[in-house]
Amino acid sequence: MAYTVAFWILATLCIGSAVVVVLGRNAVVCGLALAFNLVTVAGFFLLLNARFMAFVQVMVYAGGIMVLILFVLMLFNIQDEEKARMPRFFQRYLGFLVTAGLMVLLFAALRNPEVASFPDRSSEFGTVAALGTELFTKFFYPFEAISVLLLVAMVGAVLLAKKRL
Amino acid sequence: MTVGPQHFLILSAVLFTLGVAGVLWRRGAIRLLMSIELMLNAGNLAFITFARQFDQAEGQVYVFFIITLAAAEAAVGLAIVIAFFRLRDSSDVDELNLLKW
Repeated sequence: MAYTVAFWILATLCIGSAVVVVLGRNAVVCGLALAFNLVTVAGFFLLLNARFMAFVQVMVYAGGIMVLILFVLMLFNIQDEEKARMPRFFQRYLGFLVTAGLMVLLFAALRNPEVASFPDRSSEFGTVAALGTELFTKFFYPFEAISVLLLVAMVGAVLLAKKRL
Repeated sequence: MTVGPQHFLILSAVLFTLGVAGVLWRRGAIRLLMSIELMLNAGNLAFITFARQFDQAEGQVYVFFIITLAAAEAAVGLAIVIAFFRLRDSSDVDELNLLKW
């Protein structure tokens, strides 16, 4: 019962903040709404027993990426200009069509549930130990590759944001 | 009515669609980046739901990788936005036409 209530409260907050991200006027408000949205998704991760991923989500996403975006927004005072705020004529209708079509498609795909409720989980599920074992055995090479990717992204970001391009 | 995998998946679909709508409707570069984060996040939610449903850790490992990728994407994307803002004093993606002659 508490689980169901928590799900619906989180779902309302999550979709509400996502709508603010898409439709909000002020870019800083949108950034804060996105940070809130990421925290509610971390709440869903907790409901799905993925404890470690929930903490990673809050730390890296809400704490790292969103602070980066908000820093850029505030330091450079980048706002959507008046003309950029309004979508173009064809953009509005085409965008609406594509969005509605995607919504219909996804709902059609998800209409009939094959399983109505979650099966029992093993006691290991979602622990740091289980994730670490997986990460350093089966996913060892992707793990190393992604560290190289992060280095490349860091160098690229520093180069791109330099004063003289 | 118990909350099952379907609820989480539909929520993830709604979040993804909102992200698509943001990318299609908006023209500010930073707003596009935020909408992309929204979509990545919807994918993460679906991954975790399936990981829970099949009781396997792989789905969580993928989410781990996606979060790392999102961090790299955000850093490079914001650097491009900064360089673009310096050049054109604007964040409207329609002005990004240096390669279009």
